[in-house]
Amino acid sequence: MPSVGAEGLSSFAPSAGFLRRRRLLAGLFAALLWAAAALSVLITLAIVAVLIGESLPFLEEVGLSAVLLDTVWTPLFAEPRYGIWALVAGTLTTTLIALALALPAGLALALYLCEYAPPRLREAAKPVLELLAAVPTVVYGYFALLVVTPLLQGLIPGLPPFNMLAAGLVLGVMILPYAVSLSEDALRAVPRELREAAYALGFTRLQTGLGVMLPAARSGIVSAFLLALARAMGETMVVTLAAGQNPRFTFNPLEGAATMTAYIVQVSFGDVPYGSRAYRSLFVVALGLFLCTFAVNLLATLLSRKRSHRGA
Amino acid sequence: MTVAALPIPSRTAEAEERPLKLRIANLSFWYGRRQVLFDVTLPVRERRITALIGPSGCGKSTLLRCINRLHDLEPGHRYQGRILLEPGGLDVLAPHTDPLLVRLRIGMVFQKPNPFPTSIYENVAAGLRIRGVRKRALLDEQVEKSLRRAGLWAEVKDRLHDHAFNLSGGQQQRLCIARALAPEPELLLLDEPTSALDPAATAHIEALLSELKSRYTILLVTHLMQQAARIAHDVAFLHLGRLVEFGPAAEVLVRPRDPRTRRYLAGHAA
Repeated sequence: MPSVGAEGLSSFAPSAGFLRRRRLLAGLFAALLWAAAALSVLITLAIVAVLIGESLPFLEEVGLSAVLLDTVWTPLFAEPRYGIWALVAGTLTTTLIALALALPAGLALALYLCEYAPPRLREAAKPVLELLAAVPTVVYGYFALLVVTPLLQGLIPGLPPFNMLAAGLVLGVMILPYAVSLSEDALRAVPRELREAAYALGFTRLQTGLGVMLPAARSGIVSAFLLALARAMGETMVVTLAAGQNPRFTFNPLEGAATMTAYIVQVSFGDVPYGSRAYRSLFVVALGLFLCTFAVNLLATLLSRKRSHRGA
Repeated sequence: MTVAALPIPSRTAEAEERPLKLRIANLSFWYGRRQVLFDVTLPVRERRITALIGPSGCGKSTLLRCINRLHDLEPGHRYQGRILLEPGGLDVLAPHTDPLLVRLRIGMVFQKPNPFPTSIYENVAAGLRIRGVRKRALLDEQVEKSLRRAGLWAEVKDRLHDHAFNLSGGQQQRLCIARALAPEPELLLLDEPTSALDPAATAHIEALLSELKSRYTILLVTHLMQQAARIAHDVAFLHLGRLVEFGPAAEVLVRPRDPRTRRYLAGHAA
């Protein structure tokens, strides 16, 4: 027990100077953290500001209705049209194909790693899976164009060399590691007691996985897939190389169609004069893309927050 | 020589007639290289409460988890010895025994309430659903019966489809008891079921267990001597992974013969 001084204070009571220095240091550190947080928010806001700033003159010139009420996107033609839905359709179709592949495969893989795989396999499999995420996307793009499309052409005669099916499937493989890795983290974060309760009650592995683990990890898994989805939406190389650069309002996966990102690449590389209308159309598309991924991210946040209210 | 002088403590005639539910014989258990249980032999009588007592880390919970093969979930465990589940003498630890068959006959309640992340109703119905019960009427009936037995029915009957996490800690634990009771297990394993609860909720659950003992065989791990004294018929004292003393509660708790038991009980009284 510390000895007690004359005034009844412990002899370990810190001096006023020590307390002041400590308070200063804590304040300094808090300011540093605040600055870091503020910086990331500022950067996001700056990007949005630029997108809006560059898009507004364009929208004033052609009108919002020309963008939102048309389905033909031909900004580089002599008689340009700016129906952005042609590009949105391409993005949505490839993204949905990607999700159709990644969702079942990702859930199955995550569940396998968590409930079935022997611990050693699990430890080995996850880094390998995460390595998949390190493959450059341009490699995925050529893989789609030169391997997947020829394979699919063997199954579906008449499939054009540029098609959204191949692009979407490869996109699905590309986002799989994110989805699996994050889902598996969510599954592993399920309290051990819950798993034990299921087994003690006589659940099989499959029943435990589907009936207890997946529902318990639901919020984490939903955000994992929404993050993967946002990635698929913003992905550029795969869709540019495999789905082509021809803006076409179609949801048919067997056709080629440019996505929003593919158009941005096309125009960025082309000889579009600075400040021209075509140049500004770039920012409108970018703004549209930003709104799409932002909506998905927002959904992810809302869904995981809604869940945590219940204390799960 | 009188019966009382025999090394095995005397029991009432009525108690002697109770058939055994579980025969644990020469059970040893290892986590990796560390041996946790040493040659434990313990009979568990049907429709009786048997309490496992002992200091923290003595292997009480480990022993309980051997009985429904729950250690199988973690790698690196090893069993030795025998556990026979009666009737039928199901060899629980045999490699060819499917742990699922064992667990389908045994219910378990854990230290911390661990309801599934679903409604009150679905929590209780879960064990029945995985056993293939589909009929709504039968499910409804069994859910009500189990909740009544767990003393929770009156509090939740108007909100069966509320999320289980909205219940208080004590209610959640009674829900977990109802969940374990619903499939009508032959044996109920309770791992310090009141350790996370306040005195009122504890009293509630003890009263409940006293009622359940006429219907179920209960094996209870507890660190509360008073709890063992209040509700158990038989008491087993474990110390450092060894079974030190076993007998009727009145004898083990009041007139312990082993000095280790005596010391432990004295420490608790202090």
